[in-house]
Amino acid sequence: MSRYIIRRILQAIPLLFIISILLFVLMMNTGDPLATMGGRKPTRPEDRARLERQLGLDKPIYMQYIFWLIGNDWSKIDMDGDGIAETPGTRKGVLRGDFGDSLVSRGKAVVDIIMDRLPNTLILMIPAEIIVIIASLLVGIYSALRQYTAIDHIVTGLSFIGYSMPIFFVALLSMYIFGVNFKQWGLPYLPTVGMFDPKVGKTVGQVILHMILPIFSMTVITAAGYSRFVRSQMLEVISEDYIRTARSKGLPKRMIISRHALKNAALPLVTIVGLDIPMLLAGAVVTESIFAWPGMGRLFIDHLSRSDTPVIMGILMMISVVVVFSQLVTDIIYAWLDPRIRYT
Amino acid sequence: MGIQTDAEFFQLQEEIQAEPLTPGQIIRMRFLRHKMAVFGAIMLIVLLFYSFGGVIFFSEEQANFTDTKLRLSPPSREHPFGTDTIGRDILARTIYGGQISLIIGLSAVIVEVIVGVLIGAIAGYYGGWIDGLLMRFTEAMFNIPQLFLLLVMAKFFGGKIPPIDMFGRSFSGSVIVIIVIIGITSWMYLARIVRANFLSLKEREFVLAAHTTGTSNLSIIFNHILPNSIAPIIVSGTLSVANAIISEAYISFLGLGVQPPTATWGNMLEGAYNYIETAPWLWIFPGSLIVLTVLSINFVGDGMRDALDPHAIVEAK
Repeated sequence: MSRYIIRRILQAIPLLFIISILLFVLMMNTGDPLATMGGRKPTRPEDRARLERQLGLDKPIYMQYIFWLIGNDWSKIDMDGDGIAETPGTRKGVLRGDFGDSLVSRGKAVVDIIMDRLPNTLILMIPAEIIVIIASLLVGIYSALRQYTAIDHIVTGLSFIGYSMPIFFVALLSMYIFGVNFKQWGLPYLPTVGMFDPKVGKTVGQVILHMILPIFSMTVITAAGYSRFVRSQMLEVISEDYIRTARSKGLPKRMIISRHALKNAALPLVTIVGLDIPMLLAGAVVTESIFAWPGMGRLFIDHLSRSDTPVIMGILMMISVVVVFSQLVTDIIYAWLDPRIRYT
Repeated sequence: MGIQTDAEFFQLQEEIQAEPLTPGQIIRMRFLRHKMAVFGAIMLIVLLFYSFGGVIFFSEEQANFTDTKLRLSPPSREHPFGTDTIGRDILARTIYGGQISLIIGLSAVIVEVIVGVLIGAIAGYYGGWIDGLLMRFTEAMFNIPQLFLLLVMAKFFGGKIPPIDMFGRSFSGSVIVIIVIIGITSWMYLARIVRANFLSLKEREFVLAAHTTGTSNLSIIFNHILPNSIAPIIVSGTLSVANAIISEAYISFLGLGVQPPTATWGNMLEGAYNYIETAPWLWIFPGSLIVLTVLSINFVGDGMRDALDPHAIVEAK
């Protein structure tokens, strides 16, 4: 097992290199980060040339990549443009944990900018994921045990619709119903934008209140897909021989479901959840934009539109690492849960 | 599915005695038996008529005509779906937007299928280091969530393509950009299916026979193996159309997609959340059309999966 883990980690390294090169080349051509640097005034040509030298943007792209990767504190920068490199570089490079400084918010380290926003995204995603797993297990099992009844048909129909819905539609619809209509009808209504009411301040209650709608929109869509999956898994498992054996032994139904069927039916869900974590992060981009939630997704959109390469690369590399490792962890958990699977 | 009633038994008996059906007939029969798939297919035809037939009632000038006096006016007799933030008629825009959204959905899938099939087929057929290289690349693409990749690419190609004049109309160049980037960020799943199919099919006797008669590699790939793995490609392609339409809507919704004045269902939604309270018609109509289209395509795809599954032939009652 440990050999398997080591091999997987070793395989992940070249993969992350390919991803980083791919993204770096794309990002370096997405626009002019210097255009917005002079504030409202267009950047003066001499300032532009100096900034380019300072940021290393005048170097060929492979050198820029190397600087990004391993830093430039081993070489000197030609700051004044006289052809003699005199100022020593200060960047340490990604491999030493330095993602550089943001181009848009000057002087702020990328890591700090991301870490400012990451908790906001996580407090949306983690509860959402937990609700999704519980809800889809309950709904999936319930409708599988009542296959072809009216309730099963309704649940399958609804989950098909939910699974086909783009997240922004659910978000807009839920904002309209619970935010706007409820207000008009004089019912207690939910806030639709932001993380807290500026008049009240950032209290726990406020944040929770503002979390309800974004989490609701994210869960509806994901839970719909998962419950379809759980239902079909459950149907497959309850037609297995060992379930028939358990039944003929006279075990109570509850016991059969919870002990024998559920374990095997829920197992593949581990894989789906593990592979879907990046999807959840992507969903957060749209959700956060609609609900004006100050998380990573919003950060990404804001800085992408201003071509802030260091921040964008930081976010994307962080997500790629999460994806690669969540796949690895998924495989390990899977092997641990299912003794029939052995990796060598 | 067992035989539950006498009627079903007799029906089965009749079917056994009847002329054997061709595979095409079986597929059609099984598709038609899938009620939701038929419903989805009918809905899609209606939607196609709506967006391409609507041209008779509204000209594109009407769809792009701005009347700032009529900003955000609610649905009325002249504007059944209301008007948007700069006074354009939403009904006319959903018609022209539908054309672009549907065209993007279909064309992006064509790009996706071409790339996915080529990479999957080459990797599966040749194996060895080619396979290793291509699959590493596929995996790398897989590991960046599609939406992020789409947004980065939309920024990368954005504004670099001039407007295109076609059919006497002018389309924003961003339409082409969106088609290409959706295509090149969504082929990975298909490539894996095709590769897996090729890996198993290339060991079969008919491929050996083709080799011995001196058939070229290209001909074996495209004339012998590919037709045998067409079913999963069709199913996955159909479902991809829905994904492509949603992807377009996401990028346009975030403002990096198709640029105005060309309308799409997605870019009609851009900024609509600022008017959630005052002008719900801004997003209800284009949003519902997207949901309806995606739902119908998913129903059709589901029906196709059941109809084309060769293992289900035995089960077909």
